[in-house]
Amino acid sequence: MDFSDFLRGCALAASLALGFAAPARADAPVIACAADLKFALEEIAAAFREDTGCEVNLVLGSSGNLYRQIVQGAPFRMFLSADERFVSDLADAGKTVDRGDLYAVGRIAILVPHGSPLKADGRLSDLAAALADGRLRKFAIANPEHAPYGKRAEEALRHAGLWEKIKGKLVLGENVSQAAQFAVSGGTQGGMIAYSLALAPPVARLGRYALIPDSWHAPLRQRMVLLKGADETTRAFYRYMQQPAARAVMKRYGFVLPAER
Amino acid sequence: MDWTALSLSLQLASATMLVLLPIGVWAGRKLAWSRFRGKALVEALLALPLVLPPTVLGFYLLVAMGGATPLGRWYESLFGHQLTFSFQGLLVASLIFNLPFAVQPMQRAFEAIAPEVREAALCCGMSRLRLLRRVELPLAWPGVLSAMVLVFAHTLGEFGVVLMVGGGIPGKTRTIAIAIYDRVQAFDTAGAGIMSATLLLISMLAIGLSYLVTAPGGFRRHD
Repeated sequence: MDFSDFLRGCALAASLALGFAAPARADAPVIACAADLKFALEEIAAAFREDTGCEVNLVLGSSGNLYRQIVQGAPFRMFLSADERFVSDLADAGKTVDRGDLYAVGRIAILVPHGSPLKADGRLSDLAAALADGRLRKFAIANPEHAPYGKRAEEALRHAGLWEKIKGKLVLGENVSQAAQFAVSGGTQGGMIAYSLALAPPVARLGRYALIPDSWHAPLRQRMVLLKGADETTRAFYRYMQQPAARAVMKRYGFVLPAER
Repeated sequence: MDWTALSLSLQLASATMLVLLPIGVWAGRKLAWSRFRGKALVEALLALPLVLPPTVLGFYLLVAMGGATPLGRWYESLFGHQLTFSFQGLLVASLIFNLPFAVQPMQRAFEAIAPEVREAALCCGMSRLRLLRRVELPLAWPGVLSAMVLVFAHTLGEFGVVLMVGGGIPGKTRTIAIAIYDRVQAFDTAGAGIMSATLLLISMLAIGLSYLVTAPGGFRRHD
């Protein structure tokens, strides 16, 4: 091998890499969705593709993070937020088509992996006992600063009078899906996550859950909105979210749905 | 396995490599043979991305390339889309954090060429371009190759900058490193495992190649 072989090798490698199959779905509209929708929305997007032949790309994250990216100009066409405040802020900033629609009300749940010394107790009395007797070493929630489900978990823990005691043991997920992953990964004794994720089969088989009383925290009113520049596929998907098929999926994942229009 | 993400990563790594090849050769030669005021400062600035936390670079790029700055607005008026959250934005970030990986090995390789060799070639009336093509590059190519391999592997693995500047959009800015992170969050350990093994293999091949090339007598023609 000498220098000219090297040049030929470079050219070959570059052409191979550049010619590598172009991204197939790069033109499908990108939809930003709150991480609690992870499994529900993937199901709905798959059904949407079956029914219409149209494809949408889902980007999941904490609603606060997605909000920031939209403000900074990320090319999303639609936003399904877990907290309607972010949607109204975007509407005020002129980033949206209108003020959107309420599509679901979420709930939070305590999730305890199999083999954990914690009990899945929705009124958190076992969590309080575990904090006192040292059974609890790490507990996962989403980051309350920008994840609505983390904020609600904080409110529920404050309501139960446990926030100050548990603060030093918290592991913060970047969004509620990561918090759920932390909760069942074995590194923690449990976590407080979205009910919709606790019900999803990949999570449900790893642990037990119990609903937290919804009077313990502010409601998780989830609003969706079309963003400026939304194309026909995105508009069709927006309407699809309000159809019976999609509503049935949302219901199965434990969401409380707004009344039919 | 997320083929779209792998393909995107390979495209980003190749594009970075191709753009940095001429820049690296030019800068490497300049730094190896020229003396000029502020050379130490230039060398220090070039090395800065080696120690800078990727999130710091990501933060500054996000601010600098966003729609609110003159640079961001100028780019948007020229190409009709924003630089942040696009492949082009990733490429800009990738070029910056890969500069030292491209320039430093090439500089060392050019420094190792004896000045007498170049002087002799110039005395014989060889043109500058011919000198580069027939004398300098053939002598320095192991350094050039290992620089390109490092750039390629490093781009495949970059995470912090890509996440902050790109936002992880499928087919546009979700590279293989981001896809692994997403798969773990989505409880898809098998998918994350396959992609991680793929990256591990590519990285091992890359490092193996660059060591083979630079090892004395390791990759030379036997004649």
